[in-house]
Amino acid sequence: MVQMIYLDNAETTPVDPEVAKIVLEYMVEKFGLPGGEFGHSLQEEATEAVEKAREVIAAKIGAKPSEIVFTSGATESNNLAIKGVAYHPLYRKRRVVTSAIEHKSVLDTVLNLRRLGYRVEVIPVDSEGFVKMDRLEASLEGATLVSIQHANQEIGTLQEIKVIGELCRERGVLFHTDAAQSFAKEQVDVEAMNIDLLSMTSHLIRGPKGVGALYVREGIELQPLIEGDGRERGLRAGGQNVPAIVGFAEAVKRASPEDAVRIRRLRDRLIDKLLQIEDSKLNGPMGEKRVCHIVNVTFRYVEGEALLLQAEMQGLVCNTGSACYSQRLEPSHVITAIGGTHEDAHGSMRLSLSRMTTQEEVDAAAEILANVVAKLRSFSPLAKRRM
Amino acid sequence: MGVVDGLSRPDASLERRIGYSKKVIEHFMNPRNVGRLEDADVTAKVGSVACGDLIKLYLKVDEKTERIEKITFESYGCAANIATSSMLTELAKGKTLEEARKIAFKDIADELGGLPRIKMHCAVLSKTGLDAAISKYYAMKGKAKIDDTLVKLLLRGVLDPITGVDIISSKTTDSISVQDHEVAIGLRVDEKSPIAKELENDIREAFEGLPVTLKIVFKGNSGDSNK
Repeated sequence: MVQMIYLDNAETTPVDPEVAKIVLEYMVEKFGLPGGEFGHSLQEEATEAVEKAREVIAAKIGAKPSEIVFTSGATESNNLAIKGVAYHPLYRKRRVVTSAIEHKSVLDTVLNLRRLGYRVEVIPVDSEGFVKMDRLEASLEGATLVSIQHANQEIGTLQEIKVIGELCRERGVLFHTDAAQSFAKEQVDVEAMNIDLLSMTSHLIRGPKGVGALYVREGIELQPLIEGDGRERGLRAGGQNVPAIVGFAEAVKRASPEDAVRIRRLRDRLIDKLLQIEDSKLNGPMGEKRVCHIVNVTFRYVEGEALLLQAEMQGLVCNTGSACYSQRLEPSHVITAIGGTHEDAHGSMRLSLSRMTTQEEVDAAAEILANVVAKLRSFSPLAKRRM
Repeated sequence: MGVVDGLSRPDASLERRIGYSKKVIEHFMNPRNVGRLEDADVTAKVGSVACGDLIKLYLKVDEKTERIEKITFESYGCAANIATSSMLTELAKGKTLEEARKIAFKDIADELGGLPRIKMHCAVLSKTGLDAAISKYYAMKGKAKIDDTLVKLLLRGVLDPITGVDIISSKTTDSISVQDHEVAIGLRVDEKSPIAKELENDIREAFEGLPVTLKIVFKGNSGDSNK
């Protein structure tokens, strides 16, 4: 048996056993679907559970419960936010702005709007992943919607959401932010940050997979993607995944602001140790402008998939931006966007922590990676010869 | 370890793999014939760093029998890259050059118990490497002419950094001319292109050890010479 050190929490997380209990309860015992304004007792029970969950999610971001729509996850929330605006006849200007390092569920969705005659602008980022503000400002003229993420899923960069939100507000442009990686980890306040639409997900904070939410500021109209029974105020039809929603809220309740402080400290400890390995470099910024749980380091002369699998054999689970690991054989678009070469992408490893990660795990992970890097460098034709 | 209950697993290398076969994992974790050969008679380098797929082969060949006495490899690439190179060296060891030439990329994949479809190109690359080494050896010993065929073979080991396709298949190579030991290669690439330098390096490395003078001409995308 190999004890696994799980450091791929930016990909997904294990469900908290207490959360799993309540999910099961709503699958087996309290199994109803919400009714309308009234219903039989099973429906009432479900309605109460979902509405309570809605309050929890809303409170976490400073929103009203009526502004929360439950979805199947951040990908759906991103689609609903972007297409919900783009497909709605109310919005005339037909230009959408986004950043070069978004998650594919934002980037591809925005780019594909060109099929409908939308003009799209992709704002470049600097070498640490921050959106170039002057370019962003210049792009706002005549824009319908700006979609820029809060925390980057690969290199952890935390965008200046408050500033971006203000700029959009001033010019009457709708502002959507994908907070999949930051929700319930970092501070997110839709009022203070001038956010109009916000995507959230459950499975990155030890909640169940297959559920998330979209915050839609009161007064904003969206064209629904999924129509039928009028649930979720007509914005998202389909019987809600009640057990998952309840689990989602439970996971949110268990996330505490103190977690971020602790995780960040461990994150920095891991970064320190990894950068002690020769010919390595950090991708993304240091410190407070980096989301608390994501580490991304490029190791020269070795390839990511090989690193990843060798590391797994020694008990460490993490991730890589190498083309060889992606199903499309394309290197990470994020590493490319910050000016990294293909080689930088191929040698990049992402390690992501959770509130369960311990110092022992961090130390062991660094040691495993150091061993694996050394092993692969010993037969790499690129590594400098050390006689 | 403070990890959540249930996160210990049976050794991940065993039974339940869906992607890579057990044999691939085995050759990947314990690659055979790894490292440089200081007294190599011929070396061949194929692939591209930009593509994340690079192999260098070292061969020691008995001059009389043409048997491959020793063969080793170095690699920069994924698990499939390492496993196919390892298997290739195992298959080629002890064979004569002519016998080794008959090893097909499918043989490598089959011996490994199969490869995922998107990784088949790794087996192709190691086979290309062996072909390049064998042909270079013959040319170095004067047993084969340095001609268009040899040049094309060596250029199949050079990958376009952007597409990952070799520069013969991708038709990036516009012209080849061989006069005695002078080899001129025309490329459908602009001299100022970001990939020009890397391509030139890779081409020169491919011809390393051969008694030739290389002239590489960047003709630009429209086919006009830059000279």
